[in-house]
Amino acid sequence: MNALDFANQLKGKFGDLLSGPTEFRGEVCLTVVDAGKVAEVCAFAKQELGFNLLVDLSSVDNYGEDPRWTLVYELYGITHAAHLRLKANVSEEKSELPTVSGVWRTADWHEREIYDMMGIRFQGHPDLRRILMWEGYPYFPLRKDFPLAGRPTELPEIAFTKTAPIEGGPFVTAPGGRDAIEREPRVRTTEN
Amino acid sequence: MSEVQEIQIGDSSAQAAAAGKALSRPDGEELQDMQGEKMVLNMGPSHPSTHGVLRIILELDGEVISKAVPDIGYLHRGDEKIAENMTWTQFIPYTDRLDYLAPLANNVAYALAVEKLLGIHDKLPPRCQYIRVICAELARISSHLLGVGCFAMDVGAMTVFLLTFTEREKVYNLCESLTGARFTTSYTRIGGVSRDTPPGWCESVRNFLNEVVVSIAEVETMLTRNRIWVDRTRDVGVISKETAIDYGLTGPNLRGSGVEYDLRKAHPYLCYKDLQFDVPVGSVGDCYDRYLVRMEEMRQSVRLVHQCLDKIPGGYENQAKEPVNVADGKIVLPPKNRVMTSMEELIHQFMLVTQGMNCPAGEVYFGHENPKGELGFYINSRGGGAPYRLKIRSPSFVNLSILPHLLPGHLMSDTVAILGSFDFVMGECDR
Amino acid sequence: MQTQTEIGYDRKIEGDVIHTRVDSAINWFRKNSIWPMPMGLACCAIELMATGSSRFDISRFGMEVMRFSPRQSDVMIVAGTVTYKMAMSLRRIYEQMAEPKWVIAMGACASTGGMYRSYSVLQGVDNIVPVDVYVAGCPPRPEALLDALMKLQDKVQREPFLATLKKTAPAQASV
Repeated sequence: MNALDFANQLKGKFGDLLSGPTEFRGEVCLTVVDAGKVAEVCAFAKQELGFNLLVDLSSVDNYGEDPRWTLVYELYGITHAAHLRLKANVSEEKSELPTVSGVWRTADWHEREIYDMMGIRFQGHPDLRRILMWEGYPYFPLRKDFPLAGRPTELPEIAFTKTAPIEGGPFVTAPGGRDAIEREPRVRTTEN
Repeated sequence: MSEVQEIQIGDSSAQAAAAGKALSRPDGEELQDMQGEKMVLNMGPSHPSTHGVLRIILELDGEVISKAVPDIGYLHRGDEKIAENMTWTQFIPYTDRLDYLAPLANNVAYALAVEKLLGIHDKLPPRCQYIRVICAELARISSHLLGVGCFAMDVGAMTVFLLTFTEREKVYNLCESLTGARFTTSYTRIGGVSRDTPPGWCESVRNFLNEVVVSIAEVETMLTRNRIWVDRTRDVGVISKETAIDYGLTGPNLRGSGVEYDLRKAHPYLCYKDLQFDVPVGSVGDCYDRYLVRMEEMRQSVRLVHQCLDKIPGGYENQAKEPVNVADGKIVLPPKNRVMTSMEELIHQFMLVTQGMNCPAGEVYFGHENPKGELGFYINSRGGGAPYRLKIRSPSFVNLSILPHLLPGHLMSDTVAILGSFDFVMGECDR
Repeated sequence: MQTQTEIGYDRKIEGDVIHTRVDSAINWFRKNSIWPMPMGLACCAIELMATGSSRFDISRFGMEVMRFSPRQSDVMIVAGTVTYKMAMSLRRIYEQMAEPKWVIAMGACASTGGMYRSYSVLQGVDNIVPVDVYVAGCPPRPEALLDALMKLQDKVQREPFLATLKKTAPAQASV
């Protein structure tokens, strides 16, 4: 059984819910038309077809297109060594779809990262909070409309961010003779 | 006459409750809370287990962990967003710094992923494939040496760390003569490697392999049957097969739990199908098993490199001038003497350097058997010289996700053993 | 001694007696036993570990005591990329170190943010702590780090410790 057979089996079970399968560079890809049903498709794939390893869960920002978000599930079955890709499209107004962490527990952290980076929410997720950036960071960095250099934020006691500079430089410490607090750049004024 | 007096220790909680009443606390519940109170310990981002910046918030009930919440992201550098702004070749130095213990393996993984997108990953010249396999396996030896060394150091055996680092210095010497840098090598290019092996390099690899086997044996005599080591790692951090697959573990962590899944055997890439090697698989899934799997993998890597050196097309010095790059001017930089004299090569050079190679639109996923697990690149390309979206499937990120499930129930000191046996790298986890 | 020499040594007259300035003596003791606090964050930490291992022995300088406790260390070697998330912890650890303390920014990422010009990387650790020596390289070779430590030793040798003490404690007549 290769990936194309599995894809046809899935298509046979779910019919119009799935579009595809397409093939590129030897990889088979199916698109789930209604993102709200993605958990059922994944559960079937795991229990009936033996795709027991969720290798990766990525998100793509199709900026300027509708639907804006595409989620990409890379499924793999260790016993039959077939690799299948499922995609689900979510529109920007909704920005939400059910979680698959009930199917594979590894999806927990992947979905937290997608929420952190893109801002897509997952219904039914046990603990949806930021994982790479800190709690309270106001932006979603991997979106296409967020600049690479970042935006300034301030969250006292937790973290701050500044825009990464293209030119100009930070301060240098003065040579010896003063203790650290006096040497600090912020304390230095024009006199010393 | 001696009187045998029984020492009354009594029930400490009852005594405490009585004391509480004596102090006229309004309700005994406050004191009940104190007796069973859990301590929250922050194993902060800066801690001596040299695994980088991982923060774990542990809730301890005495010495036993009742809850563990890892907090990652202290080394999140924005690699994936940077990738959208870099050409394919410009991103190679960033891949070095993902798993910075085995940079050559990351380079190979990324190059293979982009080559899969271009459709040439199985059309690479044979000498290039053999060189890449040698690089990947040397990286595996180097990474496992450090993994075992730091694991041992954290558990208390300092000598092993110094031994393995001496061997790693030899790998650094090899990397330096091959690529120019001790580590952070940026050696592979899309379509090949940046330069052929220097004269005498294959000889020195052979000598190194003979020395490293001696070192591995020495580490084994120090650790494998060591009473203290076995006591600290046996039956600690047991992960069953189903849990391991459910949590997406890959690499030695998965194989330690008994699942025989190695990408080099399941989906052979480069020239692995022509090479013979075994894949060690554990049985119990504890820290000891993961350590044994790594030790045996090092020996298998030595075996693989020996075979590669025997079979490398062109021999040690490549007198036959076998190519190491795909012969496509639109992918690989042309030789400099042609650039200066011929128009077509000049244009190719210009386009490749300024705009990057033109990849077709489409998406691919390529998973590579890295020393830490499966390093995967999901590339979504819309044509052009830079990816539209590059997702790095990092093995350490996924391996760490099992910690909230695994740590509770263990003693505080087992945390260090478990973290050491996982052999994760925060540069890869946070990207 | 009013001369500019740091150490005066006259064997014939006094025997094994060294005349020197208090500053020089104290700085000489200090510079030969600087205990680093390795703030090993990323790839540079591996080169830091390599500097501490047998090949590039940092123990020759008296610095093999890599205490991860800020209270017991003299120099904080920031090795690796400092992200904004890590910056607060780094500042807190720096404040916990006791005077006199120095900072070495090891590598390109710690010095200026390196090749990571992104939303989450602090562009140089000197935004939050005063840095004494910058080491270039990505990662710097262990020899470069040892060179930086030797430069730091020169800097420590030049510290006018006594002058600072006299300035901050004018009531004391002589020390």
